[in-house]
Amino acid sequence: MQVDLRILRYDPERDDKPHWEAYLVECDPKMDRVLDLLHRVKYEQDGSLTFRRSCAHGVCGSDAMLINGRNRLACKLRVEQLGRRRITVAPLPGLPVIKDLVVDMDGFFDKFKSVQPYLMNDDEVPASGRERLQSPEDRARYDDTTKCILCAACTSSCPSFWAQPAYIGPAAIVNAHRFIFDSRDGGGDERLEFLSDADGVWRCRTIFNCTDACPRGIHITQAILEVSSAIGGRRP
Amino acid sequence: MRIQHDALIVGAGGAGLWAAVELAKAGVDAAVLTKLYPTRSHTGAAQGGVCAALGNLEEDHWEWHMYDTIKGGDYLVDQDAAEILAREAIETVVELEHMGLPFNRTAEGKIDQRRFGGHTRNYGEGPVRRSCFAADRTGHMILQTLYQQAIKHGVKFYDEYHVVDLLSEGGDLGDGGRAAGVVAYRIADGSLHTIAAKAVMLATGGFGRMFRITSNAWSLTGDGVALAYRHGIPMQDMEFYQFHPTGIVGIGILLSEAARGEGGILLNGEGERFMERYAPTMKDLAPRDMVSRAIYQEVRAGRGIDGKDFVYLDVRHLGRKVIEEKLPDITDFVRVYQGIEPITEPIPIQPTAHYAMGGIPTDVLARVTRDAAGTVVPGLYAAGETACVSVHGANRLGTNSLVDLLVFGRRAGRQMIEDIKGVGMPSVADDVEEPARAEIEGLRGSTGQESVPRIREKLADVMMDNVGVFRDEAMLLAARTRVQELRARYTRVGVTDKGLVFNTDLLEARELGYLLDCAETTVASALARKESRGAHAREDYPERDDAQFLTHTLATRAVGGPRLTYKPVTITKFEPKPRVY
Repeated sequence: MQVDLRILRYDPERDDKPHWEAYLVECDPKMDRVLDLLHRVKYEQDGSLTFRRSCAHGVCGSDAMLINGRNRLACKLRVEQLGRRRITVAPLPGLPVIKDLVVDMDGFFDKFKSVQPYLMNDDEVPASGRERLQSPEDRARYDDTTKCILCAACTSSCPSFWAQPAYIGPAAIVNAHRFIFDSRDGGGDERLEFLSDADGVWRCRTIFNCTDACPRGIHITQAILEVSSAIGGRRP
Repeated sequence: MRIQHDALIVGAGGAGLWAAVELAKAGVDAAVLTKLYPTRSHTGAAQGGVCAALGNLEEDHWEWHMYDTIKGGDYLVDQDAAEILAREAIETVVELEHMGLPFNRTAEGKIDQRRFGGHTRNYGEGPVRRSCFAADRTGHMILQTLYQQAIKHGVKFYDEYHVVDLLSEGGDLGDGGRAAGVVAYRIADGSLHTIAAKAVMLATGGFGRMFRITSNAWSLTGDGVALAYRHGIPMQDMEFYQFHPTGIVGIGILLSEAARGEGGILLNGEGERFMERYAPTMKDLAPRDMVSRAIYQEVRAGRGIDGKDFVYLDVRHLGRKVIEEKLPDITDFVRVYQGIEPITEPIPIQPTAHYAMGGIPTDVLARVTRDAAGTVVPGLYAAGETACVSVHGANRLGTNSLVDLLVFGRRAGRQMIEDIKGVGMPSVADDVEEPARAEIEGLRGSTGQESVPRIREKLADVMMDNVGVFRDEAMLLAARTRVQELRARYTRVGVTDKGLVFNTDLLEARELGYLLDCAETTVASALARKESRGAHAREDYPERDDAQFLTHTLATRAVGGPRLTYKPVTITKFEPKPRVY
């Protein structure tokens, strides 16, 4: 089948502002993913088309983009799942565009780093020289939020983030949640204090765009609410 | 722009990150340069687990792990290195837990372990639970955990910088010189940067993109391996390339061996569990080279599914709970990419190009060596898939890639800390960027009519068809000619994108150059090895020949094609024996 692919293009060395370009691309809608379409354009029609991709199977997080109005990984979306011939592809919303589908991720990663995304535990390691113990139940408590691949699909789909770019955003909160609810972590209070800031969890309006956008199926809104509840629980 | 750091690491996968964490913890000024963002590295795609003889569920010993590694590698493994691998696997896995890695747990709260291909109890009696895992996303968790630690310890990152040249002082790297840094290309704006360093580590991963069907990321183009080769470092054991038995048909996405570790089986077109014929003891958990060959042989005998070129991986009998809880990611892959429900349907699979056993030769301290005598290149280190220690020999066992990058990544970090003491910052001439600049500007300005994607496709086709699971002299000679032709065409490539900002067109042209180097050395090494060993299966020489070929291949760059020399294998505890499972 032939799809009518519309891509929002922008080359800072040539263009004043982004513009749509149309490409007709042959594809097998059952097998081909949107990433395959982009490759076909780049390798057969216009080598200057620019996008990030690496693993091409949904685990590295490079190719999140706005596809038919929703944030998706291009490598994890088959053409037939879109259910129509015209497909629009644009860069992730709310982030500065560098070129074509490539956005500047530095601010996104800075927010991730701001939640101190590493285990805080000052206890001595077990004298046996072996692992710390953790029950399967305690391990299950934070399983969902360990899946994050930092693709930014969630944060850049969030209207609260669009309105207030200082908002730390769903991805950073997900990564804080991963430690706050890890029984081995001792940094919970510090993290909760940080996230109770004006640009922290309270900016979430439970719109659920993030949960819809997550290619890993993380229950992001629920994780944000669990963090909010934990902050509430600390205060008399 | 000119920058300097005491230690510079190229590549931000598991090996590079662990080395960086070691250095930063010791207060050394360490930087990591990566052409991606660190969390995009392909360590994150590893699924099934990391083996360590913790013995959490049944008796196990590092000596058994060492033996399995050596036998799995068809005795081409350096046994001193395998001993280090098996011993230090235990402490590195425990250390990862202390860093926060969320391993699955046993009822007692210990790290959970499962079976994996080629890992046995008591020197081959049967499968053992040795693979420590976090669902089927163990590599993701390792990559995340090490990146978290790198942030914690203040490692400096150069994200989206592509390495374009290696620098040395006192001669080239293969000729007695000392590593002095790198030249890197900043993808965001096309600027060149010279980074001088007292210690340089190459940890750029593999080069699976030289094959058509591969589990490897697009980024895996052998950058570090090819750059070392261009500077006179030999490439070791390049003829040994692993095809993983269970890739998704047509697109090569990996379905973890953990599926078989949990009890999944392979079925041919007659519904037969054919691995029972090929490996009566280990069956579906035989090493990957054997399973991939068995699949090819079944297909050739007309016993593929409906006579086609694939067989089934069947996990239906494991039940929904095991499938969804212990194999969630690959279940998702099968649903998304094949539209198949693995709980009720068998999964069509075929071998996929997966892992380079060969690479840059190093000693057990992760120092790069440049000849058969093991002469160290001062200031240059390598670990992970980029390197060849050699712990994998002729065939790597499942999970040992992660063990390798943990153990030898950590060793590289520790060794750099020692080696840079008292060493001054190397002097780097003002014009060191010029060769790289000339090459890049030449590509950007080229009016050549040859196309990068076309050449890359042709390369991937010939490597897949002629240098794959089975090889013979005629296939390899044809491949050599073809690769030479493609190399000639590569000198005439043009790029469409002439810009400076995020020019991936230019980047892919450079990456293709690296892949051509990797392919050339692979073919030359495979042609000369007239025996079958591990992943190198010659149909014209079907037997292993220890008298002639119990030796590592070294391929050194020379006019007219690689020059081959050989280097002895280190044997300490286990004499070579016939390899049956």
